Amino acid sequence: MSNEIEAIKDPGLPAHVHRKADTDPKAAKRAERQVASMFLMSAFGTVLLIFSFFFIPDDVFVFVPILGNQNAHQLGLGLGMAISLFFIGMGAIHWAKTLMPDVEVVAQRHEFRSTDSDRKDFVSAVKEGAAASGLGRRSLIKRSLGAALGLSALSPLILLRDLGPLPGKELEKTTWKTGTHLVTDPGNRRIKASDLEVGAVAQVLPEIEDPEHRKLSDIAKDAVLLIRLRPEEFNLEADRLAMTHDGIIAFSKICSHMGCAVALYEQQTKHLLCPCHQSTFDVTRAAKVIFGPSARPLPQLDITIDDEGYLVARQPFSEPVGPSFWERNSQ
Amino acid sequence: MKRLSRYRRHKAAAPLLLFFALLTVGATFSVASATTSAETTSADRSVQIEEGRQIFLKGCSSCHGLNAEGMQIAPALIGVGAASVDFQVGTGRMPMADMSTQAMRKDPIYNAEETAALAAYVASLAPGPAIPSESSLNYERDGSTAEGGELFRNNCAMCHNFAGQGGALTQGKYAPTLMGVEPKHIYEAMVTGPQSMPVFSDKTITPEEKLSIIKWIKSAEKEPNLGGASLGRVGPVTEGLLGWTLGLGLLIGVAVWLAMKAR
Repeated sequence: MSNEIEAIKDPGLPAHVHRKADTDPKAAKRAERQVASMFLMSAFGTVLLIFSFFFIPDDVFVFVPILGNQNAHQLGLGLGMAISLFFIGMGAIHWAKTLMPDVEVVAQRHEFRSTDSDRKDFVSAVKEGAAASGLGRRSLIKRSLGAALGLSALSPLILLRDLGPLPGKELEKTTWKTGTHLVTDPGNRRIKASDLEVGAVAQVLPEIEDPEHRKLSDIAKDAVLLIRLRPEEFNLEADRLAMTHDGIIAFSKICSHMGCAVALYEQQTKHLLCPCHQSTFDVTRAAKVIFGPSARPLPQLDITIDDEGYLVARQPFSEPVGPSFWERNSQ
Repeated sequence: MKRLSRYRRHKAAAPLLLFFALLTVGATFSVASATTSAETTSADRSVQIEEGRQIFLKGCSSCHGLNAEGMQIAPALIGVGAASVDFQVGTGRMPMADMSTQAMRKDPIYNAEETAALAAYVASLAPGPAIPSESSLNYERDGSTAEGGELFRNNCAMCHNFAGQGGALTQGKYAPTLMGVEPKHIYEAMVTGPQSMPVFSDKTITPEEKLSIIKWIKSAEKEPNLGGASLGRVGPVTEGLLGWTLGLGLLIGVAVWLAMKAR
């Protein structure tokens, strides 16, 4: 046996199989009718769209299996447009596939390089243009053009300033201060400790002088969730326990993962969930993360009561609320 | 008899027999329970409480304890109030069909009178939230849809979905849909905090504000789907599912057809 490998012969192209429509005039006629009926279908779609637009009132509902009650006006518009566009395309392609010429055509590629005479002409035209503009001689125009071009490059650079300014310490500060009253959101009413039953929750904000004009950017940092448990249900370190009042514990409502409002509280399991990415915090253990992508517990607000029994913050949040940011000190 | 016994090994014999047995037991039970409900017509309060206690002993005490003191599998009912009983029994959640993760809404087992008797009995154990009266639930008059919407988004939407369609919680638990729920039951749920739901106190969300929430839910219920298919009003999940399966399936089908050679 020889070690030489025999070259595989080029099998060439397979024999061309003609379509039925090419050989049988009946099949060609049938294909023609199919294409025509697709175009007619498209025309029907357009008529349906026009009819729905003018004659189906927008408060009529029809029942469609699986999808339920549908607005007939919208359904007619959508179906009409879908049918009219889809069947134009389908008809055109069916036409091309069954009836248009079905022969392979060879088109030779030509060389990309331009001819030598074209290349010579181009070089001489560029040189001629450079000489005609006279940039070499008229230095005033050259310099002013340089200045204009250079300056115009500044404007996109200036617009980059809109990416800033840096927030500075803003992200670390909230409206909560020592003695700020907790008020309901919405309603802006102060809350007494006795207002909350065991198992109750309340959405609260810090009291401000002008609650009508509370800034959304402030709410996004200030929102707090109050939860009341039986005091014996807590499993807290002594310093954290001191931050609660009579079973009432307050957490920042802003998720430490991506900043969603964490307020999905399961009363039986005492778990607090973020509806966005299912971070789960255990309320009895100072919002310790027990599931999900969040990296840290929710910041706890230190609360107590004032002389009249209303709930107040004893001190501001001791750490920045919400998601991580570049300058955040995560210690 | 002999003719019958010929069929005793027939394929259908066992299921048929089981069916008739169940029918007999069911019919006997319904006759028996019908007599119980006929008894509880008295308006007298102490009689009602006593009747409630009888129903409780029969239907509830095996899980909640003979004196409603609670057991390992079910909580104590002392101090939960009449509103809680009316919600749990009136919506069919109690008695539970099985010990699954969550009591589901189903057709109520007890009729209105029996539910009232049970509520009266549980309320007599210790004070708790009372059933709101018909006149205090005039949400059309006393509520405001706009305020209700704000309250709903702040307090309810994270569990019950922004359109009140309900949503998933953890470990198979879920927040049920609010569509088609009686105003009274919505109110009682807010006051008592059934199952996973927390309590929304009257001081932090006043009774008027609660009516506003109910008014908003009722207006969301009536909202027609003017834009087309609602797809369950749960947002991008069903829309994406439909887009990926139906839309992409259609596109793949068209692509295959495009590349097919005509014969």
